[in-house]
Amino acid sequence: MSAIKIEKLDKTYPAQPPVHALDRIDLEVEAGEFVALLGPSGCGKSTLLNLVAGFEQASSGSLMVHGKAVEKPGPDRGVVFQEAALFPWLNVWENVIFGPKTQGLKASDYEARANEMLHIVGLSDFKKHLPVQLSGGMRQRVGIARILTLGSKVLLMDEPFGALDAQTRLTMQELLLGVWQQLKPTIVFVTHDIDEALFLADTIYVMSARPGRLQTPISVPLARSRSIEEATSESFNAMKREILRQIRH
Amino acid sequence: MKNLGRLKQLLLGAVVPVAVLVFWQIAGSRPDMAGIVPTPLAVLEGWKTWVFGASGGMSLNAYQGTWLSNVQYSGMRVMQGFALAALLGVPLGLIIGWSRLGSSLFDPVIQGLRPIPITAWLPFSIALFGIRDMGSIFLIFLGGFYAIVVNTTQGARDVERNLMRAAMMMGATRGQLLRRVVFPSAMPSIFTGLRIGLGISWTAVIVSEMVAVKSGLGYVLWDAYYVGRMDIVLADMVSIGIMGYLSDRLIVFAEQRVLRWRILQNH
Repeated sequence: MSAIKIEKLDKTYPAQPPVHALDRIDLEVEAGEFVALLGPSGCGKSTLLNLVAGFEQASSGSLMVHGKAVEKPGPDRGVVFQEAALFPWLNVWENVIFGPKTQGLKASDYEARANEMLHIVGLSDFKKHLPVQLSGGMRQRVGIARILTLGSKVLLMDEPFGALDAQTRLTMQELLLGVWQQLKPTIVFVTHDIDEALFLADTIYVMSARPGRLQTPISVPLARSRSIEEATSESFNAMKREILRQIRH
Repeated sequence: MKNLGRLKQLLLGAVVPVAVLVFWQIAGSRPDMAGIVPTPLAVLEGWKTWVFGASGGMSLNAYQGTWLSNVQYSGMRVMQGFALAALLGVPLGLIIGWSRLGSSLFDPVIQGLRPIPITAWLPFSIALFGIRDMGSIFLIFLGGFYAIVVNTTQGARDVERNLMRAAMMMGATRGQLLRRVVFPSAMPSIFTGLRIGLGISWTAVIVSEMVAVKSGLGYVLWDAYYVGRMDIVLADMVSIGIMGYLSDRLIVFAEQRVLRWRILQNH
């Protein structure tokens, strides 16, 4: 069974004239697959992610996650937002355990896991810090740690590294790949950065704008565990040319 | 160096008040001004007696040693009315700002009643509660309530959308969203409302005590004016200012505790 199965999904916003954001989207994501949605701003890739997350409702079509129709947001689909969206009044630790605590779990049921996830993202020494005291990259690490603690099987990431500087960005991409290889969640990663999509994903879906449509998926044949060296190799550049051609269409 | 700068600031800030006081003392000492405006020194003298009482003998002076009890009367009324306003205003503001149903139910009532100045409620309040504490407390409540409810509503409406989404994604129920996201998000606006509301509460206590009760700083203010004790009038005015300032500092102190995240954000 696929982790995510989307069929003939349409999203139109009521306006004068109506805005046709997504047009007959078909998408299937296998469990443990790393998928990138690549496209220019305003092409509807964030809208698609919001539909999977359950933040918005589709106009028509079907959207299943683990065989169940998506109706509302839930802990099975963890979202990493572009600006982290941490609760500014809670410290790192309180942010990370927000999910399990809100669901009424006992502290003994989640504390070990939360500690482990904070360790994986390298923030064990920052538990008492408030989000405002952290850098942008660190805030995103907290955002990742909190959905890992939540135990989400599907991670939905909306340009999570878009606001970071190039160097931090690369570190975060490597960190994310490490997390993915260790825990094997299904990841849908929205980005407008071709290099980022190529470096991270198994499969890239290029999206065109107005209305948002998915092009033929591109499998990335690069070997796993990827390194910086590969991100500059000849095959990498060849794929980049191919994707650029698709986007220009 | 920093301390020196602060001292300089303090001294500069004192220039105008001292100049006014000196001018007032000199001008007020002229024979043709006698009985109209008491000098600062005369005010201090009257205030001292009002606070500590006079030593020895019978006197016709009604303002002896009664300062503290009047401050307490007014302070207690403000505390009661203001506490009531906060206890009702904050939850109601959260509900109006957060739920469409709450907004439809309560917002029109509040927006409809709010333009009526609290002073216009005075006769109604006396008719309802009589010349008793409740009449005064009701006005103080009303004065504080609007500011608190309106600001809290605004804060609850301005919650960042992604914070709500993040909480829902982590499994928060509607009740949990209200308590754990909307309420803390609205906290800065709530404090703004509390500070404005407290200021209005002090206005309300003075106005209501002039008419609706027979004790407190507002009552003394009017009473002293009637018997021509301008020194007590002025001492009373300064006392009200001090009380207003101190109670505002209390809220700011609480705010700095509760909103550390917010203060760090703005630096």
